Amino acid sequence: MFILAPSDYTAILLSIKVAVTATVLSLPFGFAAAWLITYGRFRGKVVLEVMTNLPLTLPPVVIGYLLLLLLGSNGFLGRLLGSIGIRLIFTWRAAVIATAVVGFPLMVRSIRLAMESIDPDLVHAARTLGATRFNAILTVILPLSLQGLIAGSSLMFARGLGEFGATIIVAGNIPGVTQTIPMAIFEYASSPSGDTMALMLCVVSIAISIVVLLLHEYLCKQTMRAD
Amino acid sequence: MELHIALQKHFASFTLDVDSTLQGNRIGLFGPSGSGKSTLVSLIAGLQQAESGRIVLDGELLYDTSRRINVSPDKRRIGIIFQRPHLFPHLNVKNNLLYGFKRSTAGNRTIDFDALTDVLRIDHLLDRGVNNLSGGEKQRVAIGRAVLSNPRLLLMDEPLSGLDDTLRFQIISYLKSACEIFAIPSLFISHSLLEMRLMTDQVLSIEQGRIIEETTPENLSRSRMGLNPAGYVNLMKVTSPTQCEDMCAYSWGNTELLISGKSDQPDSLFELSSKDIILFKRHPEAISARNLLQCVVSGIFESGGKVGVELGCGDERLVAEVVHQVVGELDITVGSTLFAAIKASAFRRLG
Repeated sequence: MFILAPSDYTAILLSIKVAVTATVLSLPFGFAAAWLITYGRFRGKVVLEVMTNLPLTLPPVVIGYLLLLLLGSNGFLGRLLGSIGIRLIFTWRAAVIATAVVGFPLMVRSIRLAMESIDPDLVHAARTLGATRFNAILTVILPLSLQGLIAGSSLMFARGLGEFGATIIVAGNIPGVTQTIPMAIFEYASSPSGDTMALMLCVVSIAISIVVLLLHEYLCKQTMRAD
Repeated sequence: MELHIALQKHFASFTLDVDSTLQGNRIGLFGPSGSGKSTLVSLIAGLQQAESGRIVLDGELLYDTSRRINVSPDKRRIGIIFQRPHLFPHLNVKNNLLYGFKRSTAGNRTIDFDALTDVLRIDHLLDRGVNNLSGGEKQRVAIGRAVLSNPRLLLMDEPLSGLDDTLRFQIISYLKSACEIFAIPSLFISHSLLEMRLMTDQVLSIEQGRIIEETTPENLSRSRMGLNPAGYVNLMKVTSPTQCEDMCAYSWGNTELLISGKSDQPDSLFELSSKDIILFKRHPEAISARNLLQCVVSGIFESGGKVGVELGCGDERLVAEVVHQVVGELDITVGSTLFAAIKASAFRRLG
């Protein structure tokens, strides 16, 4: 029998909400970072590259802890936001930030791959045809890296659904507030009678992932057809 | 069009250092690959920057390192036709064509869309995606896209090198008519002497990043005759073909030429190497070559150890290539009469 507790539904919805918000928020920044790395010529480009890729190699717990130091009530950003009445730690917003940071390198990588495959002469052609630098980004680079944007978003969304280490440190595991699917599974798995419930959530996880992958394939085919 | 360029840019293998004022509407930039031609194109268009120098186009300063002026490529109104078409794959033919047009200011829009698509014969392709076009169609769309951006100068960076011979001469005629009908000055870049002669009136010869010679395409071809394995290439426009067996008789000026092969077009362009012309002092009794033309020597020139003999056949000109001894033996002087024998199979169709 497929049964889910009411708190599980909340966890599923929250997981999706966090992953979608983190992905959507990261898109413009991911595009900008990928553009800077692919086309930018400036000092400190290596630093930018390393910084974007760092979350990929760091343990998520480390990222979570660093975020806690930064966003906590004694942290630099935490204090700044606190002074205008915004508290992030142990809210779903903190989960969004943690998910965004952890998934960011995946998004940048995908967009970068797409951008690097764009012939630079296409951009040159656009410039000599009267497009300003920004206009060429908007009308040539953006549409031609669409597949990278789709791939990056799917990857980041999927990664976001499974985010655990960083999230549990900055957002905690508060049922109904910050408890996402992985946290709920963790809690069920820690209790002696939770096996079935944990398994149910695993099935849900797998189902969401398959839907995301299918959607990704579909969107990629659509953009290819538009070519 | 008047274009003044004084530019210096260093590379690992050579230094580009040019200082020249180009005046005219059909200028060529001739040189081997790696001589700096394409770099010069990028500098003029503003896609790359020189370390020092200035660029002035029709009195407008586009680039000047001493005054820190660098007009961005989108403001220069200099169009480029690249080696490959570089059409935007996400736009259809019509939107590719209109890309530059939409971004040009209303006051500069002199090119009529319908007239242009008609000249380039792409009016039936407008709704197609660019990935389904043939090579020739793509290059025609690329020409149209550049012309429709209403440039005051069109840079053509070896636009024919990616095409096979048949297509090359088709595209040349489109390029020529687009530039002529819409009166756009062009700077044509190539390493092909033949293309220079078809596309330009004057030529700058560039080697190792320096302009070494400013001449006409005709003189350039003559000066390279002796060194060129194909000799000097005579370009012959012939008309009104009539089929006789496996050959075709054409009118060339007021002379008739027999050329191997069939023809279904009223006009044709053939090339004939200066090496494929045999000269006789007197009319030979019998000869296997199908063309024997009575000519008058109108000029003699020296090129790379060989002698070029310019022959007048009616209103037309031919250049034959001989070795030095022949000039004495046949007593070739300006004004003397010679017979030129050409095999019907020596001609090569260009378009």
